[in-house]
Amino acid sequence: MTEQRAESKEQRAKNTDKKSPGFVLRPLIIALWLALLFLPFRGIKDALILFVMLSILLFIFRALSGYAKTLTEKFNGIRQSVNISLETVYARSKIPQFVTYLLLFGFILSVPFFAKDYFIDVLILAGIYVILAQGLNVVVGFAGLLNLGFVAFYAIGAYSYALLNTKMGLGFWSALPLSVVLASFSGFLLAVPALRLKGDYLAIVTLGFGEIVRLVLNNWDSVTKGPNGIGGIEPPYLFGMPLGRLSYYYYFILAFVALTVFMVRRVYKSRTGRAWVAIREDEIASSSIGINTTAYKLYAFAFGAFWAGAAGALFAAKMQFVSPESFTFMESVLILSMVILGGLGSIPGVILGAVILVILPEMLREIQLYRMLALGSGLVLLMIFRPQGLFRPGRLSRLAGRANL
Amino acid sequence: MYLLEVRDLTKHFGGIRAIEEVRFRVREGSITSIIGPNGAGKTTLFNCLTGITQPTKGRVSFLDTEITGFRSSSIVKLGIARTFQNIRLFKEMSVLENIMVSQHCRTGAGLFASILRGNAFKKEEKIIEEKALEYLELVGLEDFAETLSWNLPYGSQKRLEIARAIATEPRLMLLDEPTAGMNPQETSEMMELIKKLQELGKTIILIEHDMKVVMGISENIVVLDHGVKIAEGTPGEIRKNPLVIEAYLGKEH
Repeated sequence: MTEQRAESKEQRAKNTDKKSPGFVLRPLIIALWLALLFLPFRGIKDALILFVMLSILLFIFRALSGYAKTLTEKFNGIRQSVNISLETVYARSKIPQFVTYLLLFGFILSVPFFAKDYFIDVLILAGIYVILAQGLNVVVGFAGLLNLGFVAFYAIGAYSYALLNTKMGLGFWSALPLSVVLASFSGFLLAVPALRLKGDYLAIVTLGFGEIVRLVLNNWDSVTKGPNGIGGIEPPYLFGMPLGRLSYYYYFILAFVALTVFMVRRVYKSRTGRAWVAIREDEIASSSIGINTTAYKLYAFAFGAFWAGAAGALFAAKMQFVSPESFTFMESVLILSMVILGGLGSIPGVILGAVILVILPEMLREIQLYRMLALGSGLVLLMIFRPQGLFRPGRLSRLAGRANL
Repeated sequence: MYLLEVRDLTKHFGGIRAIEEVRFRVREGSITSIIGPNGAGKTTLFNCLTGITQPTKGRVSFLDTEITGFRSSSIVKLGIARTFQNIRLFKEMSVLENIMVSQHCRTGAGLFASILRGNAFKKEEKIIEEKALEYLELVGLEDFAETLSWNLPYGSQKRLEIARAIATEPRLMLLDEPTAGMNPQETSEMMELIKKLQELGKTIILIEHDMKVVMGISENIVVLDHGVKIAEGTPGEIRKNPLVIEAYLGKEH
């Protein structure tokens, strides 16, 4: 077996030998093909230049193929070293856990004292996205149900607070439970028909749901004022004073993020969380150990939508204005990217993913139009080098923390 | 006393008759084997018994409760557990977590309990963990509790599937080819394990191709061919049954 492999390797080496006709012909054919592709767009002169340049380049490349081989080896080396998860890097650094936590909390709490308003504003947005992404993490990361219309629940949360506040005069604290319950309920309503479907089909239905919600908001002029949006929403009041100042709102969001992470984490490491992961891993097996898969998928949808609703209400209260523009399909994709970037099912990972994907585009504002390109290629690179995301999902049992995995 | 009664069970997939009016009874505490050539409908029978597919016709009663039409999670709760021919573990979960999640139907903590984490919740979690370790010990996997289940060798994966079934605290266990693909050493260990389950008071039905296993441990054998029960009896009777020999070896010309 190994001998055969060695032989075929030798043969391949022969094929790339400088004397074989393939060595000359292949670069020429590739260059010709690409030049022909460009012909209709750039005219014959450019196509010819392209052809000549490409064939020379490809020749050089082929001549250096031996060198390229060592390069691929290097590439694989990089792949492997990147493949070490962040946790392992952290574990190797030997910094005591509480020190890191202390530093991190200290930094997070002290941000408003030194940062510019602009940066605080970005962080507030990041906080809202952390809540959203944690919600989606429950659905996609834990239960493994691909949801491409998650923004719908965000929109429902935001609009229900906006409407309850502007039309009925309800304050933030009385409207919040209502908008959260409404979002969960719509999650439930979507899930009842959608859960008969699996995988790609489920994704398409949820995508459709997201679009339906956006279109309703856009066209139901008498209630939502259509594309003009709803303005003049009150900020939340705390102890009788409005949270108008950015730094106050920052702490306010921070408290909500902490609550979200706390509750999602507790549910994950419980009977419910284990049932979700089991459904993600194998649905038939989980029903044959006694999990009512339909019920648990419903819970996942409703629980995820719950947090999206909360994030929506917080968003509406922060912006004091909502319009359908904020709830497009791209938004769903962004939230999903946060979850995937951070690592499906990993709570700290998803926090990091959300923060990165909010802050990075802001920092890249200088390169204007290219920033989405840079972000996109960044994500592609991540998927090549580390398809499982930045973090691995946490273990489900308490015991696991004590053993070394 | 009969634990399980299957009456005229029939399952058609379109025009294909996967099982046709199969009837048999299983005594509490016994080991029953279901044998038959490939495509005889053995796994379909298991799927019908566990609610993964619904039978076209016929009735299944378990402990005098009619369970035909029940969803699989309710059937598990009544006390029927199964394993799969092609292993279906929760791959990304550790061995211990696989067993912990399998106690789902015997525990009751809900969403709110897990957020509040009261004493009842903590107690239940502790019991789940302790029991999980116990079940792992029973199948001899206690040293691998923290291994991810897909990292286990094949034989151990099969044992883990059995441990997962035990964790649902069943009275009847359906084992779908527990020794398939095993070497003789692993096979005899598996036979030991199955006998141990019987001693623990479990009733067992197994689908098996290895005749040494079938003849060695089963008290009653049901033979299926093309969805029809062609014979039933003790190993001695089945060995001599001309219909069975014909189904396996073909007719003499």
